[in-house]
Amino acid sequence: MSKLTAAFTKGKAFIPFIVAGDPDEDSTVSNIIAMAKAGADIIELGIPFSDPVADGPVIQEGDLRAFAGGITVDAVFDIVAKARKQVDTPFVFLTYANIPFKYGYDKFCARCAELGVNGLVIPDLPIEEQDEIRPFTQKYGLDLIMLITLNSGDRVPALAKKAEGFIYVVSSEGITGERDEFDARLSGLFNEIKKYTDVPAAIGFGIHTPEQAADLSRFADGIIVGSAIVDIAAKYKTAAAPEIGKYTEAMKAAIS
Amino acid sequence: MTETYTPEQSMKSGRYLDYGGQYLPEILLPEIKRVEAAYNKYKDDPDFLNEFHTLLREYAGRPSLLYYAKNMTEDLGGAQIYLKREDLNHTGAHKINNVIGQALIAKRMGKKRLIAETGAGQHGVATATIAALFGMECEIFMGKMDTDRQRLNVYRMELLGAKVHAVTSGSQVLKDAVNAALQNYAARSKDTFYVMGSAVGPHPFPAMVHDFQSVISKESKQQLQDVAGRLPDYVVACVGGGSNAIGSFAEYIEDPTVQLIGCEAAGKGVNTSKTAATMKLGSTGIFHGMKSRFLQNKDGQIDAVYSISAGLDYPGVGPEHVALMDSGRAQYVPITDDEAVNAFEYIAKEEGIIAAIESCHAVAEVQKLAPTLPKDKIIICTLSGRGDKDVASIAKYRGIELNED
Repeated sequence: MSKLTAAFTKGKAFIPFIVAGDPDEDSTVSNIIAMAKAGADIIELGIPFSDPVADGPVIQEGDLRAFAGGITVDAVFDIVAKARKQVDTPFVFLTYANIPFKYGYDKFCARCAELGVNGLVIPDLPIEEQDEIRPFTQKYGLDLIMLITLNSGDRVPALAKKAEGFIYVVSSEGITGERDEFDARLSGLFNEIKKYTDVPAAIGFGIHTPEQAADLSRFADGIIVGSAIVDIAAKYKTAAAPEIGKYTEAMKAAIS
Repeated sequence: MTETYTPEQSMKSGRYLDYGGQYLPEILLPEIKRVEAAYNKYKDDPDFLNEFHTLLREYAGRPSLLYYAKNMTEDLGGAQIYLKREDLNHTGAHKINNVIGQALIAKRMGKKRLIAETGAGQHGVATATIAALFGMECEIFMGKMDTDRQRLNVYRMELLGAKVHAVTSGSQVLKDAVNAALQNYAARSKDTFYVMGSAVGPHPFPAMVHDFQSVISKESKQQLQDVAGRLPDYVVACVGGGSNAIGSFAEYIEDPTVQLIGCEAAGKGVNTSKTAATMKLGSTGIFHGMKSRFLQNKDGQIDAVYSISAGLDYPGVGPEHVALMDSGRAQYVPITDDEAVNAFEYIAKEEGIIAAIESCHAVAEVQKLAPTLPKDKIIICTLSGRGDKDVASIAKYRGIELNED
């Protein structure tokens, strides 16, 4: 079983996200360690991209702070190498297609495997275009994480069947006003996914509070939180680790 | 690299040699597939084509003139120069051709709302114009830098009933406007059609733009046949994303004797960082839904680019142009701000035409090329737009402050 899938076997998984290099390398290492100690089941690290079109303003600003701190792709690998010495939690990278493409898919995937990164989330590499990287993720044993949304419709079977590691169910915050209908559509989507795969499905869609996490974990196998943690990083800057740790603990407790 | 490039198959598959594709988040993919299906359904549909060509004729004012530039020809003393006058279209640029086509697809898909990105404002104005004509809602995304330097066009779009968003993320120019428009599209794809203004983005946008802009070269080919009885030797057009260039080249791609020259914005020069010369200085990457050529750093971070022309101020180029370059079918040359501004003044004085600063990048290349050729050679140069919008910034470039109050 993949290390990412295995992270879901002990109950509902909590998957926090931070931007690598926000605001500097050492803080990111401390934040990763804090999240791992607080019970994170998988840690998602964003490799900043100049034009993160799939991210909202909070994460875009996190990327900008990381660039201001001089982040590079090799520096992100250095962060992972340092953190890996102290934590055993599985890692996934979230980044845009141009980053691994430009680094060279082979070289990028090799480096990930060498440092113990277990999977890749690449929002702008949809299933139609994944064939160009898949030979390399397979060669090095990385899971290519499939994204599924409320818009996916009749694409769900094909996406679910190709899934590995875990599935990232993503939706926009824009529709949270219609809460009841939204819940019904989401639980319907999870039921649909389960028809085609045993790969666990986690949800990330602007979840902030332990209450929301508990609520969504009724049907989701895991909870992914990005913006709320990047907000803490923004507020506490180089001293965010204890706060991020506390938050992670509360969220993990809410879904346990 | 000399792979042969044939447009027809590429436009169907969305792959132009290695370039093109649909590199978009899953949240947008189902909608892009619907756009692709709608385009495939209607592109050869007689009713669609009839409505498209009727609007081009009766609303946009086509065919645009192919004008023999006698003064320039005599002054430069070489090849005969013909100007394809897209600046004479309604709204003052070639952009309207494509907007009419895409908006007709949008209407057939039942969309009520058009969104678009714009740099100089030409595409935004064209989209706002057609939205007004079709009774559709319209929102335009424009970098804050561009709303500041093109205030007249912002007001023009507002007059036409569009809402203009000044995009404050990133470098606040065209690429950031595309980012914002893509985000809005992801949130609102149910009732919204994204009218892509250039030959960029995910398939089927480069194919649609090629298709709807190819009217430029369909006309020029016939018009030159009528007056000279032959094909041109050169076709010259400016390239940002490459919409007027692909339209100017389209009908000649399979005529190997016709040399195709795209003129990109070198800004302050290709040896400086203040440039937008993607063909000269870029490398292959994945951005804005396509694999193409981009100005980027070694990590793949997209560069902030520069050109005096807001319409060419873009770090990428359409995938079909890269295929045309790699296959050796077209050449791309960088033109600096200085050369373009000189051309702006030159064509105004020689021919009495104030052409868009974008188009003047092509005029500058003609100034260099024509004198090197014998008098029996023919160049067609596309004037993609008119230059009224640029008068104030050219004056400023020359150190003249115009007081418009």
